[in-house]
Amino acid sequence: MPPKIVPTDRKILMTSDLPAALEDLIACPTCDALYKAEIPKAGARMACKRCHRVLISPGRRAGAKIILLALAAFGLVMGAVFQPFLSIKRFWITRDATLVETALAFEGPLLILSIAMLALVILLPVTRLLLTVYVLSPLVLNKPALPFARVAFRIAETLRPWSMAEIFVLGAAIALIKIVDLAHVSLGPAVWLFGGFVILLALQNTLMCRWSVWKALDDA
Amino acid sequence: MHKVLTAETAGLIGCQRCARVWGAETNRCARCGARLKARRRHGVFWVWFWWVAGLAAYIPANLLPMLETRVLLTKSDDTIVAGALKLASHGSVLIAAVILLASVAIPIAKFAAIALLARSVSGGRGLGSNWNHRIYEAVEYIGRWSMIDVFVVAVLSSLVQFSVIATVKPGSAALAFTVSVICTMLSAQSFDSRRIWDADQSAELKK
Ligand SMILES: [Zn+2]
Ligand SMILES: [Zn+2]
Repeated sequence: MPPKIVPTDRKILMTSDLPAALEDLIACPTCDALYKAEIPKAGARMACKRCHRVLISPGRRAGAKIILLALAAFGLVMGAVFQPFLSIKRFWITRDATLVETALAFEGPLLILSIAMLALVILLPVTRLLLTVYVLSPLVLNKPALPFARVAFRIAETLRPWSMAEIFVLGAAIALIKIVDLAHVSLGPAVWLFGGFVILLALQNTLMCRWSVWKALDDA
Repeated sequence: MHKVLTAETAGLIGCQRCARVWGAETNRCARCGARLKARRRHGVFWVWFWWVAGLAAYIPANLLPMLETRVLLTKSDDTIVAGALKLASHGSVLIAAVILLASVAIPIAKFAAIALLARSVSGGRGLGSNWNHRIYEAVEYIGRWSMIDVFVVAVLSSLVQFSVIATVKPGSAALAFTVSVICTMLSAQSFDSRRIWDADQSAELKK
């Protein structure tokens, strides 16, 4: 009898290695390679050998950190919406524009674009934050998941590519450089609040291990 | 390279949203509720549908004015490219480069990339698997950044609204461009990435 080959950590499985229980398996969503799900130590990550997609990346108290970051980000963006974003001064005329006014720059038939911008830049990122808090809070507190938690997390995941706050920040920076010769522009408090919001969003995204959340929802 | 065991070859089906594995005949993931799709039932029809729609919107996006500037009595309507070239001639070469990159180079590269991937998984000749993987990753990450010029135009026009001296108004190209970005994002999302790696595997087996 040939010696039995024990599958090493993160090795791509052969059929003979397949354990009986399907819940112990993980299929890479990008390339479909099959692995035995082994939760790495906190801070380490399990990535797909073939396409390098990160499959599992648990963090120590990641849930609590994500909730705190999400709440802080929510506070910042609420402040940013109502404060002046940029103000421009030329001769004796000063003009402030808040974030919402910026999004409402399109008029007439282009109004639909204003709505799209508000959604992409503010509404969708904020919705994702709130859904994340809704899903994770009971899990962190070791309570059963709230009703519709799975639906909520699914929506949050679907919205991910459509939340474009960071792209807006770069766009605003370019607009600023363009205009700076024409007139005196000063940055309003909303710029810093919104910048902080974007940074917190990015941090929160890197801490999030989607697989762990789905698993926790299963176990809850 | 040995043959990689995929959920499909193991007679199972993997959920593309939550990575849970189910028996091959399962239709819906009981964990996250996503529809489970086998490769066979997952053609490239929607990829091409959104691709054509995106291209159709991209043409007017380049022909119509993106920005309507009025300074005193002179009025100028600039398309995306004309606006960027004007900026470059005023000395803002870097900004012009960013705008040309985001509004022209990335969208065109994205159309080409999605077409290449869709053709190579449906049996056409591609650039080889290594390239396909890289192209797929690039399309996933960079595609959204094309929206940048629409945001630039919005910020500019909300600021420069001196009623008498100068006004800047977004042009209708902004709408066409947004529609184009949305369509190409949908096109990329309709693409079943697993097929790129499947294609590798069958090439590997033929050797
Ligand atoms: Zn993979
Ligand atoms: Zn699932």
